[in-house]
Amino acid sequence: MDTFQQTIFKLKQFWAKHGCVIQEPYDVEVGAGTMCPETFLRVLGPKPYSVAYVQPSRRPADGRYGENPNRLYKHSQLQVILKPAPANVMDLYLESLAAVGINLDQHDLKFEEDNWESPTLGAWGIGWQVMLDGIEVTQFTYFQQCGGVDLDLVPAELTYGLERLIAFLQDRKSVYDIEWVEGRSYGDVRLLEEQQFSVYNFEKADVKMLWTLLDLHEAEAQRLIDEFKGLGDGQEHDKRRFPLLAAYDHVLNCSHTFNLLDARGAISVTERVGVIGRVRKLAVGVATAWMEQQALLNAAPVEVAQ
Amino acid sequence: MSDTLPFLFELGVEEIPHWMIEPALADLDRLFQQFLNQNGFQAGAVRLDGTPRRLVLRTELPERQEDRREVVMGPPQKAGPGAAQGFARRNNIAVESLAVETTPKGEYYALHRTVTGRDTRELLADALPAIITKLPWPKAMYWTGKGQLTFIRPIRWIVALLGDQVVEFGIADVKSGALSRGHRRMGADEIAFDHTNYEERLEKNGVILSAAKRRKRIQDGIKKLLRGTGLKLVADDALLSDLVYLTEFPTPILGEFREEFLELPAEVLSTVMRHHQRYFTLNDAEGKMAPRFIATMNMKADRKGLVKKGNERVLEARFNDARFFWEQDLQRTLEQRVADLASVTFQARLGSYLEKTTRVERRVSEIGTALGIDASFAVRAARIAKTDLTTEMVKELTELQGVMGGLYARKQGEPDEVWQAVYEQYQPVSMEAPIPASKSGQLLSLADKLDTLESCFSIGMIPSGSRDPFALRRAAQGVVKILVEGRLRLAVKDLRPDLYEFLLDRARYYFKDVRGFAYDELNAVLAAQSSDLVDVEARLIALKQVRQTENFEALASSFKRIRNILRQTNAPGIGVNESLFEAPAERELHLQLSKVLPHFQKLRVDGDYIRALFAVSTLRPAVDAFFDQVLVNAPLQEVRSNRLDLLNWLLVQVSSIAELSEIVTSSTSE
Repeated sequence: MDTFQQTIFKLKQFWAKHGCVIQEPYDVEVGAGTMCPETFLRVLGPKPYSVAYVQPSRRPADGRYGENPNRLYKHSQLQVILKPAPANVMDLYLESLAAVGINLDQHDLKFEEDNWESPTLGAWGIGWQVMLDGIEVTQFTYFQQCGGVDLDLVPAELTYGLERLIAFLQDRKSVYDIEWVEGRSYGDVRLLEEQQFSVYNFEKADVKMLWTLLDLHEAEAQRLIDEFKGLGDGQEHDKRRFPLLAAYDHVLNCSHTFNLLDARGAISVTERVGVIGRVRKLAVGVATAWMEQQALLNAAPVEVAQ
Repeated sequence: MSDTLPFLFELGVEEIPHWMIEPALADLDRLFQQFLNQNGFQAGAVRLDGTPRRLVLRTELPERQEDRREVVMGPPQKAGPGAAQGFARRNNIAVESLAVETTPKGEYYALHRTVTGRDTRELLADALPAIITKLPWPKAMYWTGKGQLTFIRPIRWIVALLGDQVVEFGIADVKSGALSRGHRRMGADEIAFDHTNYEERLEKNGVILSAAKRRKRIQDGIKKLLRGTGLKLVADDALLSDLVYLTEFPTPILGEFREEFLELPAEVLSTVMRHHQRYFTLNDAEGKMAPRFIATMNMKADRKGLVKKGNERVLEARFNDARFFWEQDLQRTLEQRVADLASVTFQARLGSYLEKTTRVERRVSEIGTALGIDASFAVRAARIAKTDLTTEMVKELTELQGVMGGLYARKQGEPDEVWQAVYEQYQPVSMEAPIPASKSGQLLSLADKLDTLESCFSIGMIPSGSRDPFALRRAAQGVVKILVEGRLRLAVKDLRPDLYEFLLDRARYYFKDVRGFAYDELNAVLAAQSSDLVDVEARLIALKQVRQTENFEALASSFKRIRNILRQTNAPGIGVNESLFEAPAERELHLQLSKVLPHFQKLRVDGDYIRALFAVSTLRPAVDAFFDQVLVNAPLQEVRSNRLDLLNWLLVQVSSIAELSEIVTSSTSE
């Protein structure tokens, strides 16, 4: 039986073998691997790109103080982007399952319709949830739109829910019993974090401070987007070096702050729509600017110092 | 006529959503029949099959199209020989071989020619890409890039074989060929076959092509699993159909869960199993839920029991979640949750569920007063009805809204009348489904729906065409069904006029399509004034019964005649003056009316519509005699007007139940 980390190594190796850049997790809090710039921004535009990375994904409202065997505030996704999706992408996916030791002759596999949509990112795609013996182990999506922009090349996005998949592989009823490395369980590594962040997210987070943070991050992201938009035709040089990636970090911060407020019960359903709209506006703003910047960079790349 | 050849078309697609497969096959059939028509082929027997990964069409086609004669019309003869020559030259023939055709517009040059039939294979190669492109899908996607072909999911292979030859074409990077593919894991990626062994070869490769066979395999498999266990399947046809189209080789297996979970409400267990895990549930011999389930695999066998184990584990995890929610939710009473509804939006412009709750409470109590019944339980139910929207269980299993509220209310000691009403508040879920069984449930459901309707109408959210995001049609249908079947004599006239019309429209649908009344019966009854829908139903039943008698049928035609005559005059009165009668037949009619109508009136007021209409039908001989022997349009104005008044009296009286002139009789329908 492979440990938690061995299975992750194997998946990374598998996708590395198939031409993926193996990235490390992004260092800003996100709710899903899709939100990382390696997905959100890279899927835009005409340049092929394949990447795989583990992304710790924080969903404050899903926290259960470490008491529920299957629900986590922070779970790990293995995110794979294949842009454009190769014609044999399904076969590759099945091979990846075999690579982590799933004998597909002995397990039931179904692809059930599950289209993915992220209102905050202005993104959607068409796909399936992959059911292995009745357990959803992967979300398989053909991206269609991101940041409100139609995608030139259609990427396949494979999102493996690692805790769920590995609990299945290790036959554990609780994710906390997963063996992370020999002699150390998932609970040993992560339980404290689940407990403390549940307490913080549900009980302690300062709502007023969070609203302030949301406003600050929003203002900073918007300021940058506006400044980029204000650059004229003669200012290509400034456009090419403009820090849109920094603007996007602030968008991610907005999104996470929104999730914290939500977990804290501080957002009424009415406000919810409004705040989602604010974050989406920023995401769309960055995506649109990014497309413009990429067009400039593709025409005349930034020179790398020798 | 050339010999026919077998034709096989298989469109290989990544897993198509199960619910779209049957409609897609119907569309494929329609488009293929169009192709046959347009090319002069006989519409032949076409066999269609579908699995998640393939749409298959098989038929027989002639090797080539028949040659056909064609007439091409040229310029009119009067345009002269120059025009004829031009026409001949353009068509590459000698001017001498032109014919002259006589048409209603005059003489025209024309040429007759034989069009050689094309090879069917060529025609198919031209047509199939268009047929594929034209298949309509609820939501399509790009996969080869922006602006390229869209389809439900990526197309990965195409088989198109006429006889033993490939119909060659390409679409979205895929070229047609002769090789099929098997099951994702149990079959080969390239399967050679001929027309005689296609299904057999597929089956060897893990694909049961026929949906009927897959269905039977599931059903037989379940029977086998349950034999001797004393367990009974809880039938679920919708689930069975889903599974048929989610699999290429379905095999049911029997799993179990720990008995302690049976302490959770059966509604919760059943929703998790059926809706979320697509399992069939099972009952024990006493009809109680058994701690067992049936999962359906997309493979042949679970030799090591690994699939069973996996499914059992995920079910346990889900039940654990459900138990967590159940216990968590019960820590606060529904009453305590009422205030939380302030932050749950009903609709952005219509405020929160707390505001809705207040409105519905008031409305329940108003309806109670109007109907003269004690609505206190229903008012209590209205207060807590929406609070389950704030529970974890409903956030997770949204389809259980209402039901969960009822279950929590019961657990928290609310009276039967209250928790049942909450439980049933969303019934009826369709025109065919039952209305709430409890009176309080009926009142609550009715008030809730009327509130939704009235609120939405008040901000102009009125359904049009297929746009009905708030499902207002269903709400209105629910109102109609509850009023009629709950025997609630509530006047709906006071509603805003557009909503009243909207409800009336749903009532028409209900009485006609659900209850089977004829449209003319409905027109007749709805044209008469009726206080409520229960009354409308009673009149319809009476009319349907009485119209079958011979006298009534004839009388109805006379009423049409009376209506026509009266329509041409200025508003007649009903003050009949006996001294103005001239003919015996009008005297007789008046005598009969004087006898029958007061009796009719009494029966009508008592609501005994059947006997009232039978009483009217006894008037037939007198009415017939009147029309045989009396000229309504008498020369003398007074006499004429008196006759009109006599007829009007009859019409006005009888029309108070139903406008009989609306009834289509065998004589009027000719």
